[in-house]
Amino acid sequence: MNAPQHASLIGQRIPKMDAPEKVAGKTRYIQDLNLPGQLYGLILRTERVHARIVSIDTSAAKALPGVRAVLTAADVPIHPIGVNKDNPPLKGDKVRCERDEVAAVAADSLEIAQAALKLITVEYEDLPPLFDPRDSIKPGAPVIHEAKPDNVAMAFDYAHGDVEQGEADSDVVVEDEFTLHRVTHCCMGVSGVIADFEPVSGNLTLYSNTQVPFLHKREFAEVLGMDPSRIRIIQPPIGGGFGSKLDIYPFEPIAVYLARATRRPVKLIFTREEEFIASPTRQPAIIRLRSGAKRDGTLTFRTVDVLLDNGGYTSWGATIPFVMMQTFSSLYRVPHCRYHTKAVYTNNPFAGSFRGYGNLQATFAIEQQMDKLADALGMDAYQFRLKNAQEAGEITGQGMHFKTCGFKDCLETAAGRSGFAEKRKALGAAKGLTGIRRGVGMASMLHVGGGAKIYPSDGCGTILKLDDFGHVTIMTGASEIGQGSETVLAQLVCEELGVPMSAVTVVNNDTDITPWDVGVHASRTTFIAGNSAIGAARKAKDKILAAASTVSNMRAEELDLKGGNIVRAADGEKVMPLAKMLRQLHFSDKAELVMTTNYYEPPSVHQDKGFKGDVSAAYAWATQVVEVEVDTDTGIVRLLKVWAAHDVGRVLNEMGIEGQIEGGIIMGQGYALCEDMPVVDGHLVNPAFRDYKLITAPEIPEMDIQFIETMDGEGPQGAKGVGEAPSICMAAAVANAIENATGVRITSLPFTPERVYSALKGKLQ
Amino acid sequence: MSSLVEISCVVNGTPTRLAVPPQTSALALLRDHLGLSGTKYGCGEGECGACTILVDGVSVNSCLMFAVDFDGRTITTIEGLAVDRASDPLRQAFVDKGGVQCGFCTPGMVVQSRHVLDKHPHAGPEEVKRGLEGNLCRCTGYKKIVEAVVTAAAAQSAAE
Repeated sequence: MNAPQHASLIGQRIPKMDAPEKVAGKTRYIQDLNLPGQLYGLILRTERVHARIVSIDTSAAKALPGVRAVLTAADVPIHPIGVNKDNPPLKGDKVRCERDEVAAVAADSLEIAQAALKLITVEYEDLPPLFDPRDSIKPGAPVIHEAKPDNVAMAFDYAHGDVEQGEADSDVVVEDEFTLHRVTHCCMGVSGVIADFEPVSGNLTLYSNTQVPFLHKREFAEVLGMDPSRIRIIQPPIGGGFGSKLDIYPFEPIAVYLARATRRPVKLIFTREEEFIASPTRQPAIIRLRSGAKRDGTLTFRTVDVLLDNGGYTSWGATIPFVMMQTFSSLYRVPHCRYHTKAVYTNNPFAGSFRGYGNLQATFAIEQQMDKLADALGMDAYQFRLKNAQEAGEITGQGMHFKTCGFKDCLETAAGRSGFAEKRKALGAAKGLTGIRRGVGMASMLHVGGGAKIYPSDGCGTILKLDDFGHVTIMTGASEIGQGSETVLAQLVCEELGVPMSAVTVVNNDTDITPWDVGVHASRTTFIAGNSAIGAARKAKDKILAAASTVSNMRAEELDLKGGNIVRAADGEKVMPLAKMLRQLHFSDKAELVMTTNYYEPPSVHQDKGFKGDVSAAYAWATQVVEVEVDTDTGIVRLLKVWAAHDVGRVLNEMGIEGQIEGGIIMGQGYALCEDMPVVDGHLVNPAFRDYKLITAPEIPEMDIQFIETMDGEGPQGAKGVGEAPSICMAAAVANAIENATGVRITSLPFTPERVYSALKGKLQ
Repeated sequence: MSSLVEISCVVNGTPTRLAVPPQTSALALLRDHLGLSGTKYGCGEGECGACTILVDGVSVNSCLMFAVDFDGRTITTIEGLAVDRASDPLRQAFVDKGGVQCGFCTPGMVVQSRHVLDKHPHAGPEEVKRGLEGNLCRCTGYKKIVEAVVTAAAAQSAAE
């Protein structure tokens, strides 16, 4: 046999398709785009955090030469944005947090716009502020939004089983309060938008960094009072997302107001300081958790009470309790669970959605208590987890059905490779409060891995076309935000059509061209958009093989596509080049082009009113073990090594998935050790990289990453989503490792030297 | 309005005479006046490295430098490295080793890596990590970037 062998692309290390352009500095991000005649937009933000606006005087700004428009809420019809429709893009009556937009300017240059902002005067009348969510829910607290007199933006209640029975069944019960801090995405590319409004046609083109272009199109139409069909969203390459671009933010409608007022394109780009002050954050949370277990190590119940600092307004991020409750109810088998969460208004910067979507907070609490329960029972922390871990086939109290589940394999792999049980025992025996101490810690996580049916549809559309030369263009609704979806989608299509990666172009950034997708969130793109692309490719393949069967006198089932050719399925022998077949189809009497469409909707279901239902088509699992060194004299915690085992369904692009996991681990390291946004009296103290500490290259730990391939039946080639998973366990694992090293359990983040030192000192006294 | 200052410099191999406002940053000159948008604004205060360029072969945060200080100097930006055949292995290593995700930090990373390799042609992982300490990346977790630069160092040594 000398027929050509065609290696599968699945599992290979495929470089990102957009990388060559990016390493040459040719990629044009929103900051790099300029339209002819464009003006520069800037926003005046409030000086107060809770106040009535008495008056705004823009006359001096308007008189400045080169200023084309100065707008306040009085000048434009304002429709509030956000999940609760509580956030007017320009504030007319009242300001509620440091970010609030009170006026906007468009000018011929950035310098003129900056000068104009300084000429606007605003008179405020202060109102009593709220900075602690615990104060917001006290009787008689000041009201931040009149529509919500109790200051509760959203509340969630969930239960399965009977926690009183669970308490009665318990031999050991632990209860703790966990406090989680505020962090932000720090996308290297700051936020920005260019609004181009054409007054004659009424067409609006938005150059936008959004992660959810189709939902935004709909929301923009509502907010701007426009026909949605007149709005086109073009996404230039995006300089980082991580959940930050899931909402419309006030600066985007403001740019459109300015463009409509001036009839000129308006470019509005944040400074880094503005990015820190006016971008979403992860939810600060106070979690009270009570859990129990029987003497044999069986979990009995959990009761959970969570208070989230929503800040001044409500973004999609206020719905993170959906995800938190999945972890509380279903990471381990818990027969009885009761969960209550309130997201409450304060005058702090408002929170948004951030990679992990509440799961970092929930996992931080649960996985510390798993250690505490194991210790109280005198059980090995790993064996205790293994005993309560979910398995394939289980349907949890919340109705999640784990068709594949690699949890126990993740536990065994991470524990085995790190020597967890022996190390924890040995280091624990040597724990102490002097000198340098070492410890290991473990944490696991469950996250949606097959989309999340929150919106009416969780689907994604694909249009696929082949040209006369065998080149494939994939038009997908799914956005590329750096995560590599473009490359994975191309790979999946190449695998079906037997063409090389170089034969594919992906179009994924223009709502006038690409079919609908719900957006990049919930680690869903590879799974949902991947299945959609595979479906479109299979339709094309069927068409091509049917045509080939008539010219080759073979049955379509006897044919396949490999190496750019139509081949005999049995032995790979070439029948004819694919391109030749395409041309024959095109230029025959029948004259046909191969173009297909596909819309994939995952077989998940919406949750009922009690938040029960199989909300994702697949679920991802991971266990991470960390080893740390604690300098007890300084409180400095060094992360030495991470062993990560992830149930990813199947590895599609080994290099891409490693990149996601490594990046997620380091983001989780930053959350655990150094990132923090102290807000004092409603004002962010550190809006700069100088003082907001990101992990840098010399601080990264050694990483041992293992893939558990459970070959999910619904996943594209067996894969599940992985985007958020790697950042989720880190803070919990580090907390457990610090306890292992020192005997001190710290329940509030981040583990800065100050906090760790104080905690150790408190223990010493 | 302020008066302009005449300067002459070499930008990516091309002798260039310019009249620049004294308050303009080197970053703004490159991006807004010379159309060299590969150099990125990340923070404007020298903390993130997205705007890294080479000035007389030394890496500099261009956001912290005044444009007038280009006078008499030789400037290399990512666009200059992109056409420099000697830097092909470095850029290729970033592609092949997965050192790029969203790509926004990438031009600064590549320029800084060029500087590190020029100073330490046989750099190993620890030298590379230290050399890239001033360049922030939010996507990759740095590991693959470090691997890319170490690979390029090895390729460079082998070619010598």
